[in-house]
Amino acid sequence: MNDYLSGLGSLLVRYDVLGAFWTNIQLTFWGALIALVLGTALALMRISPIASLRWVGAAYVNILRNTPLTIIMTFMVMGVWTALQIHVADTFESTFFRLAVVGLAVYHAAFVCESIRSGVNTVPLGQAEAARAIGLSFLPAARLIILPQAFRGAIAPLGNTLIALLKNSTVAAAASVSWETASTMKTMIEFNPNFLWGIFAMFALGYVILVIPIGVLTTWLSQRLAVQR
Amino acid sequence: MDQSTPTTGQPAADETVDAPTSDRVLGAPLVELNHVNKHFGELHVLQDINLTVHKGEVLVVIGPSGSGKSTLCRAINRLETIDDGSIAVDGKTLPEEGKALAQLRAEVGMVFQSFNLFAHKTVLDNVTLGPRKVRGMSKKDAEEQARTLLDRVGVGNQAGKMPAQLSGGQQQRVAIARALAMQPKVMLFDEPTSALDPEMVNEVLDVMVALAEEGMTMIVVTHEMGFARKAAHRVVFMADGQIVEEAPPEEFFTAPKSERARDFLSKILTH
Repeated sequence: MNDYLSGLGSLLVRYDVLGAFWTNIQLTFWGALIALVLGTALALMRISPIASLRWVGAAYVNILRNTPLTIIMTFMVMGVWTALQIHVADTFESTFFRLAVVGLAVYHAAFVCESIRSGVNTVPLGQAEAARAIGLSFLPAARLIILPQAFRGAIAPLGNTLIALLKNSTVAAAASVSWETASTMKTMIEFNPNFLWGIFAMFALGYVILVIPIGVLTTWLSQRLAVQR
Repeated sequence: MDQSTPTTGQPAADETVDAPTSDRVLGAPLVELNHVNKHFGELHVLQDINLTVHKGEVLVVIGPSGSGKSTLCRAINRLETIDDGSIAVDGKTLPEEGKALAQLRAEVGMVFQSFNLFAHKTVLDNVTLGPRKVRGMSKKDAEEQARTLLDRVGVGNQAGKMPAQLSGGQQQRVAIARALAMQPKVMLFDEPTSALDPEMVNEVLDVMVALAEEGMTMIVVTHEMGFARKAAHRVVFMADGQIVEEAPPEEFFTAPKSERARDFLSKILTH
């Protein structure tokens, strides 16, 4: 048993497991940031009084939400970078990382949009009417009255989307981000099959440790920031 | 509609002379509805409505539920669209959408049945938001004005609280202050006391009576006969999407002309 653990420990010296997790955290951070901005814009489109914008928002969500993430990630590298030769960074590492971030962001923006829309549904219609009645047009009413309340009502579903995004960040492997967790685990198992279960447990536990606080925090926040009516 | 000079001979028969506040001079037309129609699907909720409200006039709209009175009130600042006809406020026809409509709405104060205070903002912020964001007033001026208004409606000591911490009556008075902060030309009240506990009705009505006495133009959808008698110049009775009867309050309540109004009044006055 001790031999097994020390053997597993020596793997940590040879492979940068913490660095791999750090990569996924960074992918998640930037992906979430862009997805939040894009998703908010999409949600605004979907609740806007302009029919064509609503249509574009709905089309985006329905297409991106129903496309497998691996397809999007592969497309980012093979399509956007290789075929279209769109330049996003000078080194391979940065290029793949940024393409992966964009892939994660455009995919999860669809889920962020729907989470925010569910938050908008927690805001009574009267709030929008009162905002319009004092002379606010759509965008100021959305910015000052609707969205601040919608976000508070959307914390739980947004938290779920963030958790999904963190776990889905491993699909960055499909965008050639070969130093992230899933790829690292694959390499480790390939060359150290006798530590198969230990390696798996290490990565599984790592994600559990990352995900559980997000769930606890968002549940706490959604209760604390709930709008009293 | 001139009621400044009571005519001799038959004052009781004149439409406005015997209103309780007949000493007031009514100004030019402020809100004009011309042949307004609206459907909710099959239901014809507003049927060829023609109505003019003058500057300084207090109009009470009364009628059974489903008669279209709330829809009428909401159509005046285009929270409800209309199918045809026209609605003009201070000579300007209601625009379709966009900046012009927002501008016009800013000049029409609206008080809702369910208060609709911005739930995530303090009482003070509720009252300063419109003046600051729509009128571009400075924070200091807006807060000064808000405190004056909150004092006027009797909730000055609640300025820092959130709406949910206030009673219904207090919330509705804040809502009135919020509408007044825009310095509107006309105030619309859509059943402002219907959602209140009975003991809170009067505190809201008192504010409304005071407002009426100051000469504010008001369109009030309500069932409060006391308010209508005390403050209104004219009562409009609606049923089934039509204006059935118009009369000064005293005349309407004591001697309604239409069968429909008599029937309605007998139902609400017998208790």
